[in-house]
Amino acid sequence: MNNLSIWQQLTEQSQMRWREVLEATSVHIQLVFFSMLIAIILGVFLGILVTRVPKLTTLVLGGTGVMQTIPSLALLGFMIPIFGIGVKTAIAALFLYSLLPIARNTYAGISDVDPATREAAKGMGMTSMQILFKVELPLAIPVIMAGIRTAAVINVGNATLAAFIGAGGLGDFIFLGITRGIDGLILLGAIPAALLAIILEVFFSSVERWTTPKGLKV
Amino acid sequence: MLKFENVSKVYDDGFKAVDSVSFEIPKGELLVLIGPSGSGKSTTMKMINRMQPHTSGKISINGKDNKSYVASDLRRSIGYVIQQIGLFPHYTIEKNISIVPELNGWGPEKIKPRVNELLELVGLDPKIYANRYPKELSGGQQQRVGIARALASDPEIILMDEPFSALDPLTREQLQGELISLQKKLNKTIIFVTHDMDEALKMGDRIAIMKDGKLLQLDTPEKLLHEPAHGFVEEFIGKHRIIQNPELMPVIDIMSESVVTSLPQSSPEKAISLIRQRKITDLIIVDESKNLLGIVSAYDVIKKVNNIRTIEELMQPISHILQDTASAKDAIIMMDESPFGLIPIVDEKNKVVGLVTRGSLLSALSSQWTDTETEVVAI
Repeated sequence: MNNLSIWQQLTEQSQMRWREVLEATSVHIQLVFFSMLIAIILGVFLGILVTRVPKLTTLVLGGTGVMQTIPSLALLGFMIPIFGIGVKTAIAALFLYSLLPIARNTYAGISDVDPATREAAKGMGMTSMQILFKVELPLAIPVIMAGIRTAAVINVGNATLAAFIGAGGLGDFIFLGITRGIDGLILLGAIPAALLAIILEVFFSSVERWTTPKGLKV
Repeated sequence: MLKFENVSKVYDDGFKAVDSVSFEIPKGELLVLIGPSGSGKSTTMKMINRMQPHTSGKISINGKDNKSYVASDLRRSIGYVIQQIGLFPHYTIEKNISIVPELNGWGPEKIKPRVNELLELVGLDPKIYANRYPKELSGGQQQRVGIARALASDPEIILMDEPFSALDPLTREQLQGELISLQKKLNKTIIFVTHDMDEALKMGDRIAIMKDGKLLQLDTPEKLLHEPAHGFVEEFIGKHRIIQNPELMPVIDIMSESVVTSLPQSSPEKAISLIRQRKITDLIIVDESKNLLGIVSAYDVIKKVNNIRTIEELMQPISHILQDTASAKDAIIMMDESPFGLIPIVDEKNKVVGLVTRGSLLSALSSQWTDTETEVVAI
């Protein structure tokens, strides 16, 4: 088998394992989806929180920043004692990893709102909540979306490592390929993962454009 | 309408931004708050809608303490215009103007016509501008929208924090004029903060001068110029000296005090030598106590020197005279009609105190003009 060219290997492997690939892709998407969902909810919340409570800025942004510096594989390892082996652990680690770009961009997006706009809003009698939802968030949306996009794309790549802790996903084929020395098998995991990343990138880019208020584009 | 009673603002670090300020503004007045930076003028204004809460004293609006309102309700009832304009960039012009009416719960059927009315009021065609975004408008147009937005729910009081300072001089001039005529129409109570004395003199029904958190003087522009209550006030307004506005400039500031006068009994020879010496065309005739009697033209004296004994025979009465309380503008207007091209200035006892000629008028105005010119360059 090892004498075959990489393309022949890929064709052969995909004919043999296409059902498994579909299944793994679905697991992969689930890993990304759920970790992102939690990261978006919590990240946006934390981002808003630190604009309201400046004292927490260093703690939150520093803390999520530290998470980012931990190698992804190590982070997955740290999670095992807490969540055991499997999907939960992977989602927890991927979530922590995605938190920083989202929280940081939410914070930056809101902080970048022109102070004059905020002063006018307050001076006209808007409450703090009205300012947040009518002014700050709409104006920060493009920046927040950019953070989500970055997080999502990194997340797809990191999710391949989930295979190490038995969470499945497209990483299964990559590691199988590495251990068995079958390059085609590696591609069988890598190509769908890369496609997934590209699709997410394109998707979030359009969401970003679509959510940017018209008044900012003129 | 609006009353400050010993209002102070002290920061946590002990800094007194506003120090026991008391004043009252009647309905329909445009009060200008002016002073150097750090004088507390903006803070004083922002305490009205509690953008800056005061720490002691009482501010009441129509007799009601402004602390008895919920802050956001209070602000919705007061118009607010700031230097940086602060339109919402993600809202169309129409939506920007609708903000306060919407917060107040107006329905769209009521808001739409109101927006159109306001846009027309500030000189913007609703058909063209209603659906544009702030970024598509010039600075001047944006501030027009800013004013329309502040007027939207028809508040009694409008606060304006250096609303025209960021605009180019031409647009600023135009908007100042428009605000004045708008004010005549709407009769709002306006508190207008500026650091520009010319603007203050032009806009204010009354002007409050502040320094180091204290209110030094609050008076009409005329009174402020003629009777500055404080050395600083004099210095602060003196530098600018008003001159672009001759209405506010006392005539005694532009007259020449060295008037060539003669007694009526004087001989024509003596008069001629005086005329030659001082290079004048007309001689002012006064009695011993300097009371104005009339005028003798140098031309007449020279022509008739041999036919008369005293110049009294040539004296003509003079009808174009100004009191020393008149303004430079009065002199400018009268100068046109004055047959001699000069106007004697007299005090209340008809004593001559000075003389305004076409020449002195021109040089006074032009020196003021060049003064302000250099000032502009220096900035």
